[in-house]
Formats: sequence, C-alpha cells, structure tokens
Amino acid sequence: MAREDRTASPANAAQPGPAPSPAHDALLGAAERPHGGHRIAHPEDRPWVFDLRDVTVTYAGVPAVRHVNFRIHEHEVTALIGPSGCGKSTLLRCLNRMNDLIPTASVEGEISYHGQNLYAKQVDAVEVRKRIGMVFQKPNPFPKSVYDNIAFGPRVLGMKGDMDEIVEQALRRGAVWDEVKDRLKDNAFGMSGGQQQRLCIARALAVAPDVILMDEPCSALDPISTGRIEDLIAELKSDYSIVIVTHNMQQAARVSDMTAFFTVELDESEKHRSGRVIEFDATDKIFTNPADPRTEAYVTGKVG
Amino acid sequence: MSAASPGFGTTTAHRRVPPAPRGERVRNVVFEILLALCLVLACLLLGTLLVDVISDGAGSLSWDFLTRPPSALPTLAGLEPAIFGTLWLVITCVAFIVPVGVGTAIYLEEYADRTRWWNRLIEVNIQNLAAVPSIVYGIFGLAFLYRGGLDLGPVILTGGLTLGLLVLPVVIVTAREAIRAVPPSIREGAMALGATRWQTIWRQVLPGSISGVATGTILALSRAIGETAPLLLIGAVVFITENPSGPDSRYTAIPFQIFAWLRFPQEEFKNKAAAAIIVLMVVLIAMNSIAIWLRNRYQRKW
Repeated sequence: MAREDRTASPANAAQPGPAPSPAHDALLGAAERPHGGHRIAHPEDRPWVFDLRDVTVTYAGVPAVRHVNFRIHEHEVTALIGPSGCGKSTLLRCLNRMNDLIPTASVEGEISYHGQNLYAKQVDAVEVRKRIGMVFQKPNPFPKSVYDNIAFGPRVLGMKGDMDEIVEQALRRGAVWDEVKDRLKDNAFGMSGGQQQRLCIARALAVAPDVILMDEPCSALDPISTGRIEDLIAELKSDYSIVIVTHNMQQAARVSDMTAFFTVELDESEKHRSGRVIEFDATDKIFTNPADPRTEAYVTGKVG
Repeated sequence: MSAASPGFGTTTAHRRVPPAPRGERVRNVVFEILLALCLVLACLLLGTLLVDVISDGAGSLSWDFLTRPPSALPTLAGLEPAIFGTLWLVITCVAFIVPVGVGTAIYLEEYADRTRWWNRLIEVNIQNLAAVPSIVYGIFGLAFLYRGGLDLGPVILTGGLTLGLLVLPVVIVTAREAIRAVPPSIREGAMALGATRWQTIWRQVLPGSISGVATGTILALSRAIGETAPLLLIGAVVFITENPSGPDSRYTAIPFQIFAWLRFPQEEFKNKAAAAIIVLMVVLIAMNSIAIWLRNRYQRKW
C-alpha cells in the first residue's frame, strides 16, 4: 500500500510537468512575485511557491521522511499533520534550509522554490532564509527590548528606511502593537507567552519574507493566545504563503487550505521507521472525506 | 489503641511510620559532626593565616608604603613599583587572553565539528593545560618569549604574555561554558531571519554570554596576579625603584616583591612582606567580588 503513496493525492496527479515559474533567479536578485503554472485544465493549478519532488531527508544516512511529493501554493495555508516522529518538522526545516545547521542532515530529491532548486550549489542558505521566515514551537524572543527584537532582522539585512516605521508596521501586522506600543524599550522576556509568539511572528514579518514557516507555533500557548494566533494566520494569508506544522487537528482544520497527512512506517529494509505522506489534499476533503483509511482513522481520533 | 474492637471501629495505629532504627540515627549525627569539623578546620587554618599576616603587616601599612619605591632601608621601603608592575601585567594579560580565549571558545563551540579527531584532541589538551604547573609556563616564557623566537627580554610584555598563557585555558573553558549557556533557540531565531553565522554570533551569542566571559576573565586574572614562580624565570626584578612606563619596561610585581622581601634577614622586611600580602589580598577580594557581582547582575534566566 505504501508504494502507491506517491500518486495517492490528486494534487500530484498533474505532475511532473515543466517548472512553471519564471522566477529562476528569485534567490539571487530582487524578490519577484512568481506566477504559477498555466495548465488551466486542472483545478489544482494555482500559483505555487514550493514544489516537492520525491524529497527524502536523512540524518546520518537514516531517513526521517521519505519520498514526499506535493506543492505548496501561494497565499494559502498549508498544514502538515501527523503523529510524532513522522518527519513533518524535519520537512518544514528543509524548506528554509534550517536543517543545514545539523551537519548530518541531507536532502535528496528536489525542493523547488519558484522554480529554482533550493538545494542547488549556487543557492546560499542565508539568502533563502531572508525570504522564507520561520516561527518556532517555543517563543524565542532575543534577550533584548521589544524594539530591538523586531529591528534585528532589518538591521542585519541592511534594510533601508525609517526603522521606527518598520518596527511599528511589523508589530501592527503581528497583531501585538496595541499591547506593546507603550513599552517598546522593555525586555521582551517580560511579555506573556502568547505576546512573545506574536512578537516572533512580527519579527519574521519585519524582513518582508515571501513565505512563513510555522513549527507548532501554538503548542506552548493557552487556548486564548492560540485563538489570536490563528486569527493572525488567517489575516496574513493574503500577503504571505504559510506552512504550518501542528499536532492539533482542529487547528489544521480551522486555519489551513491544504493539508498533508504524514504517518510513520518501517522502511523496506524494516530497520528504520520514517515518515511518509499518506494524503495531500484540500483541508475540507482531508477532514470530511479522506481517500485513505489511515487518514480517516487519524483525523477522527481513532488512532493518534 | 489496644482496646480497639470491631464494635467501636478499628484503629489504624499499626500503619504508622515506625521511628528510624537507632543505628541509622547515630550514623547520621556522627557524619554531620564530621562534616562540621572539616569546615571548622578549614576556617581555622584560613583564620590563623589572616590573623598572622595582619598582626605582622598592619603596622607597616600606610599611604607612604603604597607610594614609595623599595629601599635598602626597611623603614623607607614601599610597594609602588610593584603595584604598577602588577597593573601593567594585568593590562597586557587582558589584551592577550580576551581576544585569543574568546576566539578559541567561539571556534570550539560554534564552528568545530566534534566528530573530527583533531578538534577533540584540541579540547582534551586545553583541559590538560589548565593543570600544568605554573613553573612550566615560566620555562616556556623564558625559552620562547624572553629568549628564543621572540627575544623580548625581561619586560612587562614577556610577563603579561606568560601569565596570559598560564590562565588562557581557564578563560577558554569558562567562555565556552558561557557560550554554551546561550540556548540554541536564540541562534535559530537569528539564522531564520537571514542572519549569517557571524552576525548571529556577534549580535546574539556574544552579548548573551558576555557576563560569563567577563566573570571567567576576572577570575583568571586574579589567579595570574598571585603567580610568582613564572616571574622568577622570566626576569622580574628584585629591586627596582622606578614605575614601569610601558610594555617594554622592566618591572616587578606584588607577589614577586613579597618573595624578595622575605629573603632579607631583617625582621622589618618580613613586616613589609606581610603588609604587601594584605594589599594583594584586598585586590584579590575586590576582583572576586566584582566577578560575583557581575555574574549575579547580568545572569540570565533563559
């Protein structure tokens, strides 16, 4: 059964097809808003940001997640769900090359970002991360003032413009301005967890990224803070493409447009357990009428 | 208790926790007393030393003592050149150990691939260097800094560098600990914003570990200040009446002056030495206090 996974999802049915994006040098020149494919015939044909083709990620030769194929579309929220250890965070970290920081990690297959191979030799990981921001599981503000937290990114990137303006805009977009506008000089460690996480989102927004990756952004937060972050995600969707890893299925159902369901399986040699994508489809379909019985069992809470 | 009968409910007295066995209680008390005795012994030794030094030296302590050069006449002898010598040694030492020590620590913590054998070899060697007797550093300084390759002669620079080498392992180890205490999430946060590795280190990791680095440096310096043996080999001067004027001056230092005075037969010089010990102790206590204050003041709870 696992062998069929690669073609299990409708979104993948149309591929491989030529890379449709013209923005081949998006990572080298000015960020150019890409355009998606033009295969109008297929309803899934929307402008895409990432195209994952047979992606396998290994740590020291041991695969963590294998043979992943799907596309992440522009101005949509894509959720990655599945049990612990299924490699969804691993995959997420490959999308902005954060996994480069782990010396033993390696990526096979192709991750295409606007038509450009993210792991091509001439692509600089630092340039990638300038365009693809990340929000982590535990809020990780810098031990500095609220203002300096936001200004850090624009400063290291040498962004031009009025820094006060950049900071205010980012905090407004991060829906945390009203709470911190009177204490911009205070240390960010004094804020609540939910405020810290919105600060971290605002920090990511300050460098004007194209994509925001979120690795279980609400797992350390209470339900009210979680609700505020989910509202924020819904707002941000119009300007950014968002990929979110979550353990909370209701959250995936609430915030995402597309959902990839991962599971953990023994590989062919039966020595290692690694993650696979079982199903990738519109969130509605995944939660109401999944194609695979394993997806259904997971989203209905029968296993998990 | 024994009167419990089914008709009036049952007692649960038999489930009470029994008292500790007698033997165990006695052992506990004996052990506690032993530990307390150790403490008393340590304090007694230290106290005796302090009382002895202060009773010998307090009489010689005066403003004149601190501002006069040494003299063949015990009544005139002062500590000024030694104080300035120590000060100069500290300055050259800091200028050497902070960049080299912190640089090494950054390399080992942030860049070195620990799976490579040479990096592990370097680590083990640094730890071992911390245990090498100070006289060995003196021999090294004599062979390679005073004479040999650099041929600097018996000057402040030679002394500062030799003492620097002596405490460098301590600085590296404490700086590494401070750098390691900065959580990985801070590095990830900076890198995820598109900061380069160096920007991350320079703007997040180092500011986050600065108090630990400073504390370690001060503690290392307080060890360097007290060292006498290496100076013996690299040409500190027993009798000098001029303050050093730069890294190329000849010099003496407080512990070396103490050593020199103790070799004189006159009782008055012994009192001078005791007074110099008091000065050295005050300096050391002050430095350690600053280190503790720094640590408490800037300690971060991540």
